[in-house]
Amino acid sequence: MPTIRQLKRRIGSVKNTAKITNALQLVAASKMRRAQDRATQAQPYAEKLRIVLAGLASKGGDGEGAAHPLLANRPVKNIAILHITPDRGLCGGLNANLNRAAGTFVAMQHEPVSVVAVGKKGRDFFVRAHQHLTAEFTELGDYPTQSDTLGIARVIIDDYLNGVVDRVYVSFPLFVSTAVQRPVVRQLLPIEPPAAEDGATAANLAEEYIFEPSPDDVLARILPRYIEMQIYEAILQNAASFQSAQMVAMKNATDNANELTRELTLTYNKARQEQITKELLDIVGGVEALKGA
Amino acid sequence: MPLTVEIVTAERVVRTEQGIDVLIAPGSEGQLAILPHHAALMTTLDAGELVFRRGAEESGFAVSGGFMEVRNDRVTILADAAEAVEEIDIARAEAARARAEERIKRFREQAGRDVDLARAQASLQRSLLRLRAAERRRRSRPGAPGPAGRP
Repeated sequence: MPTIRQLKRRIGSVKNTAKITNALQLVAASKMRRAQDRATQAQPYAEKLRIVLAGLASKGGDGEGAAHPLLANRPVKNIAILHITPDRGLCGGLNANLNRAAGTFVAMQHEPVSVVAVGKKGRDFFVRAHQHLTAEFTELGDYPTQSDTLGIARVIIDDYLNGVVDRVYVSFPLFVSTAVQRPVVRQLLPIEPPAAEDGATAANLAEEYIFEPSPDDVLARILPRYIEMQIYEAILQNAASFQSAQMVAMKNATDNANELTRELTLTYNKARQEQITKELLDIVGGVEALKGA
Repeated sequence: MPLTVEIVTAERVVRTEQGIDVLIAPGSEGQLAILPHHAALMTTLDAGELVFRRGAEESGFAVSGGFMEVRNDRVTILADAAEAVEEIDIARAEAARARAEERIKRFREQAGRDVDLARAQASLQRSLLRLRAAERRRRSRPGAPGPAGRP
């Protein structure tokens, strides 16, 4: 049984912790809203690009062959994975889940895998695992802009075009909802043109359009943009996921701290009551003893 | 039927304009003007100025490359970056130009292994584009800066 003084100190410390986690929760909540907005705002561009690319790819069907190096499926000798994680912790199981998903994926590959890490948590994980890191990008901030992510796309595309790697995957947390962020691993290169949801529309699209300068030129310009866009999107998802995971984790922490405070207060009151009773007994006992004398 | 024009960048929808009569765009094969009932078109854009005309009113955007899709009097511009001409900060563009020129000069005098020539040139081109667009606008409407229509 801890003493009353120990209990009192413990309650104070738990209350302080609750104050901190509560503040972090509020900060994460407001940042989360903005991060989500940014992810939503990026969607029109992404959707449009996907539709156009699906249309172009279906048109390229007659020419075939390797229409563009970024579409070429080469024999796979080396693999790269772009591992996107937050820079910071205090976000529940998010980082652990991401690292586990990427780690499992890497372990399953038969070819050597090099890592391009975005975010400190993922970088540290692969450094600890002694995986080969080709590049790292950290401190992108809470609201990364597209120009922040262009360098990452550059590194990936260059390595692919120079034949350093033959296949590239991206691993990032897919923002499903505030409560759910799912780690996913997707193929980035070679580009697998998105299947149009409506196949007929895409085919018509390619038929009807006049392309300037030519379909191949448009394709050559669009493909790098498509990669940049996918990377930017993944990084926005990561930002939104981090803030929501942190908000939820901090809310749980605050709730736990409050619960603990309640329990400790109960124990403290009991102990205090006991002591008062004991003191009273002492006094009453003393009085009785005096009476007897 | 007039045109509906949408300018979209990777970060957000920059502007949606309706009732446009003529759109002049910096196509990679040369400037092109889009009128209503244009055939479906998909083209790449170079860095340049995008001009909307609605009646006698004219407004401009500086874009730095991208794509343009025209279809059923709807024009979608997927720009790498876009900025409304009236929002261009001339002083900042001027400063960026001076900085870029300085860096290119350093490179020429080969003091510059620390200078990224490609980046400096790109940034020079960007600042010149913005200055040109802003300048053109100022001349077209003397003494009336801001987004108001032309008299």
